[in-house]
Amino acid sequence: MATLLPSVEAGENMAGLLEFDAETSNAAPDWRVHLAGDPVRRRSISRRLAGVLLLLAGVGFGVLVSLAVGAKSIPWSTVLDAVFSYDPEITDHLIVRELRLPRTVLAILVGVSLGMAGALMQGVTRNPLADPGLLGVNAGASFAVVLAIWAFDITSVSSLVWFAFIGAAITSVVVYVLGSAGRGGATPVRLALAGAALAALLFALTRAVTLLDQATLDQFRFWAVGSLAGRGAEVGGQVAPFMVIGVVLALGAARQLNALALGEEAAKSLGTRINLTRVISVLGITLLCGSAVAAAGPIGFVGLVVPHAVRVWFGPDQRWLLPASGLAGAALLLYCDTLGRIVARPGEIQVGIMTAAIGGPAFIFLVRRTRMAQL
Amino acid sequence: MTDIVDRVARVPVPIRGRVVRGRSFSVRLDPRAIVVCAVLFGLTVAVGLWSISVGDFPIPISDVVATILGNPTEDSEFIVGTLRLPRVLVGAGVGAAFGMSGAIFQSLVRNPLGSPDIIGFTGGAALGAVTMIVYFDASATLVSIGAVGGGLIAALLVYVFAWKRGVQAFRLVLVGIGAGFAISAAIDYMITRAEINDVQRAAVWLTGSLNGRGWDEVRTIGAALVVLGPLAVLMQRNLDRLDLGDDTAAALGINVGRSKLSLVLVGVGLAALGVSAAGPVAFIAFVAGPIARRLVNSPRACIVPAAFVGALITVVADLAARRLLAPTELPVGIMTALIGAPYLLWLLTRQARTGAL
Repeated sequence: MATLLPSVEAGENMAGLLEFDAETSNAAPDWRVHLAGDPVRRRSISRRLAGVLLLLAGVGFGVLVSLAVGAKSIPWSTVLDAVFSYDPEITDHLIVRELRLPRTVLAILVGVSLGMAGALMQGVTRNPLADPGLLGVNAGASFAVVLAIWAFDITSVSSLVWFAFIGAAITSVVVYVLGSAGRGGATPVRLALAGAALAALLFALTRAVTLLDQATLDQFRFWAVGSLAGRGAEVGGQVAPFMVIGVVLALGAARQLNALALGEEAAKSLGTRINLTRVISVLGITLLCGSAVAAAGPIGFVGLVVPHAVRVWFGPDQRWLLPASGLAGAALLLYCDTLGRIVARPGEIQVGIMTAAIGGPAFIFLVRRTRMAQL
Repeated sequence: MTDIVDRVARVPVPIRGRVVRGRSFSVRLDPRAIVVCAVLFGLTVAVGLWSISVGDFPIPISDVVATILGNPTEDSEFIVGTLRLPRVLVGAGVGAAFGMSGAIFQSLVRNPLGSPDIIGFTGGAALGAVTMIVYFDASATLVSIGAVGGGLIAALLVYVFAWKRGVQAFRLVLVGIGAGFAISAAIDYMITRAEINDVQRAAVWLTGSLNGRGWDEVRTIGAALVVLGPLAVLMQRNLDRLDLGDDTAAALGINVGRSKLSLVLVGVGLAALGVSAAGPVAFIAFVAGPIARRLVNSPRACIVPAAFVGALITVVADLAARRLLAPTELPVGIMTALIGAPYLLWLLTRQARTGAL
């Protein structure tokens, strides 16, 4: 590997190096190579720009659909009228403006956060199975929020978000420490199992607290399943600043994550400050996941599925992968939320259930595709 | 790939016990296993009696014993006979069923993580039972049938999806976890769509609670243990030989495919009937097998001791769930998760240290 290093000039060349490494190495096949997406090819700028445009169009269409579809279908023209020439006298305008617009904005915010958090987690742990839901980070944030409601009677989202941060931060560190204890460091299997175990434990504790106290249960019920319904317009505003900071941190770490994808040794010799990169990434993950959970409850699998899908088109370069994952996450959450309103009309299915229904099979697909046997 | 089961199997353990021979059979009886089972049974009975005597309306243990033996006092007849005794019996029976099922699967998968609650089989059984409750408004029998069917289908699907030139234990575990997520989404969907009365019934049951279990559930789980329990004990021989590897087992005269299939059927049946009686109580199947193996100090899968361990754990967990935060009652599933999840974490770090994972 060391002899190859001089040929690395920028992120663009990494893909080729990884492919070469994968084919010539005599050692057991390394799952890390798969993170680069296979088959590894150089992606042209125009292809990536086209991808970004496609994703933007997808989000835009998703917004329109999300505004128009629901228990009451509203024609497109009325939707556009409601957005651009709002008349509070018309019921349809009220529905769009007061109910569906906040919900749509929240879907975008949460989707961007979860998509980017997933890409960031997969990048920094170099683990294809990383996801805020799977690794128990969402469960940690939920437990902290329930504890805050129960013990301190806190109900405003702007205060709860801090507890969600603490819970998310502690769990992500604990899962990583537990998963990487012992020989061989953190393999995807160990991390996934440690996450599943911790999530089960935290879930049981959360249930115990909610059963202890009827009032807490009532508060918690609203977002326990991961739902975008019934959140007021102010919720989005309260979590948005934290999400923005998280997005900035994630994008800032992108370059260093590219180097880290080559392995710690190689990244060090390329001048990357590994620990700083990790701290920034964990901070970003905490902010993104914590605010997403505080706003919409634990929504799993967006962070798992989205980066893998995006990687197929954009390649492994984190500078493209992170923002594209954000856009794709927003689109996925918009469509899942809208679909949840359609399939159970006139009721609706919470978006968390929809993402789990899609995410479970996707997880199985990933487990089958990557070379898990060696892990 | 080595794992803990293989490692344990390689530690030489002197063959203990005495062999009882008949005209056409011979059985080796391990005195240590018998002592362990007797002690566990005694503890389960003691905790069970204690559990029956405490509550919002305490009843002296002497009265409890008298009531069970057929000399009830005025108050104790209803409380013991209708409320608390069936609850304890269901708890012990479900624990035994989960324990046996866990021991079978952990030995088949050759990994302690291969227990039915981790690889999604209990989830499938729960889905089958909820389907019956919500869509067919079914009786207790049909719910049990639904649970067994759901468990078998889940087992089949997980196995098929984990198949890729053979089944690796870890792919099986991870596929099972993924299937578990999809299954719980499907259950949530049904709960959202169902009528409110069915939802009530399904929700109480889904928490994995022993609250309000009556003689109907005792009959379900009793029938399961009476029919499937002896079968499981008979299959212990095949299980032990399969543990030597498929080729060796075949050389010893085992029909590998058929005996694996029958073991899976019995294991899923036990887990699914346990689920249909008490809901998906987490982690009992997962912890009972390894604890039993340690107590008996045996390299084999300990199906019978695992049943007693499971029964004791469930009865103790239910007592704790009832009394720890009295007057609030927690579902027993929460208590077992509080025990089981830390054990899973410990197991992970331990397997990592020995390089088995």
